[in-house]
Amino acid sequence: MDALIEQLKGEIIKQLNLEDLKPADIDSDAALFGGGLGLDSIDALELIVLLEKNYGIKVSNPADGKKIFQSVRTMAEYISANKK
Amino acid sequence: MEQKNYITSLCSIKNGIVSLDGVSGFSDKSIDGVDFIKAAYKEYQLSYPKFYKMDNLCKLAFVASELLLKNNPLTKKYASQDIAIVIANSASSLEIDTEHQRTISDKNNYFPSPSVFVYTLPNILIGEIAIRNSIKGENSFFIFDKFDAEFMSSYINSILDSSKAKCCITGWIELYENKYEAFLYTVEQQEGTLKTEHTAQELKKLYNH
Amino acid sequence: MSSKVYITGMGMISAIGNNVAESFHSLETMQSGIGELKYVRSRHKPLVPVGEVKKSTEELMEMAGLNPDNLTTRTSLLGLIAAQEAVKSAGIKDIKEYRTGIISATSVGGMDMTENHWLDYLNEEKSGPWLKYIETHECGDSTEFIADNLGIKDFLSTISTACSSAANAIMFGARLIKHGKLDRVIVGGTDAMSRFTINGFMTLMILDSENCKPFDSQRRGLNLGEGAGYIVLESEKAAKGKVIHAELSGYGNSNDAYHQTASSPDGAGAFMAMEKAFKISGLKPSDIDYINAHGTGTEINDLSEGTAIDRIFEKNVPSISSTKAYTGHTLAACAGIEAIFSILAIKHNIVFPNLNYKHPMTALSFKPTTTLERGKKIDHVLSNSFGFGGNTSALIFSRHH
Repeated sequence: MDALIEQLKGEIIKQLNLEDLKPADIDSDAALFGGGLGLDSIDALELIVLLEKNYGIKVSNPADGKKIFQSVRTMAEYISANKK
Repeated sequence: MEQKNYITSLCSIKNGIVSLDGVSGFSDKSIDGVDFIKAAYKEYQLSYPKFYKMDNLCKLAFVASELLLKNNPLTKKYASQDIAIVIANSASSLEIDTEHQRTISDKNNYFPSPSVFVYTLPNILIGEIAIRNSIKGENSFFIFDKFDAEFMSSYINSILDSSKAKCCITGWIELYENKYEAFLYTVEQQEGTLKTEHTAQELKKLYNH
Repeated sequence: MSSKVYITGMGMISAIGNNVAESFHSLETMQSGIGELKYVRSRHKPLVPVGEVKKSTEELMEMAGLNPDNLTTRTSLLGLIAAQEAVKSAGIKDIKEYRTGIISATSVGGMDMTENHWLDYLNEEKSGPWLKYIETHECGDSTEFIADNLGIKDFLSTISTACSSAANAIMFGARLIKHGKLDRVIVGGTDAMSRFTINGFMTLMILDSENCKPFDSQRRGLNLGEGAGYIVLESEKAAKGKVIHAELSGYGNSNDAYHQTASSPDGAGAFMAMEKAFKISGLKPSDIDYINAHGTGTEINDLSEGTAIDRIFEKNVPSISSTKAYTGHTLAACAGIEAIFSILAIKHNIVFPNLNYKHPMTALSFKPTTTLERGKKIDHVLSNSFGFGGNTSALIFSRHH
């Protein structure tokens, strides 16, 4: 899980163009949205693209994103449970 | 009786040179094309997390507007709804349009990006300036072959003369295929750092300078 | 200078009809034009019902009276057909009789054609007549095409501010007339369906896979549409002795300054645009008899717009409906088309229903009109149009006395 979390941080930075951040700047358990990263609804959609592109997981209702993207850890857990 | 309007400050970014109110600032001709915009962002120590998420056209508009408004902080002098923004260019949002087209053209690698699509409209750059500075006045985006001093001066003067706004952020923000040009200025009803009257003739002089 | 801005002509084409009369008939008989995608090839076809104009590009060419080997885009053709009808209905015989301009709005431009050939353009060995579409790609080309075909030379402009574009074209035209720069001006917008747009809106996840349900608590998103709508604005001098359909009494534009695509929860931009329109018209909210809402059917727009309307009308909201469930969201053209619906509402004292509405939104004080409402006098109509980039516009049309 920890390896996946670290990998995800790198992927999130790349997908969301967070150029001024390093993986270490993102806390695995901190809120992805509404926190210090300044992410918005478009970023949530962009993370849905990331799930499909990198892990083959399709999320068709954007509202599901709220739960999945609580933190990097919840995102990693969702990926391990649903990965094809 | 029509009053006089003045160009009160000006920021230009092109060919590897930033200039403010006609005075050259950061310059580095060795930096290729649009990378210069990011270099200028760092040079002036601008800080806005969303900057890196913007497309290049918005990045250019953002840097120019930050420098312009740092020089002439309109938001401190005027209410948010009294500041208009009117921008024009020629290539519209063609650069990011091409990017979006690329992501939907390959059937085997079909991952269109929402954050690319949101920038496929030229007026999003006005939105970005408005969001950053909480500016809520009238705003419009025009597309012309080339900078049209006659149109810009008469359109903006008419907004000010008819009291639709008290000042305006306006100019030309063009970016396509690694070429870029920002000519962004403020117009107010009294003189500022610059005291140039906002007429087509004066505007042409400034633009061609 | 002219203190009044009169509307003397109208022309439109959309999913519910190829002209004003056909569209009015569809509105009256509550027939939506939303259906399966037919003229654009897309992987999303089963998932995206759309409001397409029910004519192939070849058929449109014939309608516009053009030679079939004329290489032009669907955006330009839709625009020309609607603008031709507008000019004709205004009884204009000689376009040069007065200083006449055109301000046309578009967001798609010639992309409906260039997107079909985009890979060919990169292949140097390929060649064909489609190379010419490159020249038609930019937004301004559609305006020039329409102007050339109508013989308009005095003033041309193209506005691209997303879904409020046509409202801003109408507003700009009104100013040119008030300031005495032009005697008459054809204003509105045109947009064709394109894969570019469909794919983009898919990524934003704001397309309803069924027919859209504006202002319904169970709304899931919008349906894309295509079409064009233009009205003819004339000064008091130019309109003398003519049939005047309505007056453009107010207009206002503002920026929501909240997010690239999403409207603010309190509808600050929408509120200010309406406030400005009221100020110019000298009318009060209580003077409005019908609101033709922007009402796209997305979760965010309808809540934001509804909240702003509740605030400005102090919860005494008059008859209100969104006509997007008829035509789909025609993007840069919608404010042109909806200006015509607003004028028709005044001419016929009629309120068009908000189709597909069942469940009220708890956050709003009002429910949209769901049946065809006749018999109430409609003197003033407010028409809202909001675009990505936070661009918010409001227009007020009034009965001419």
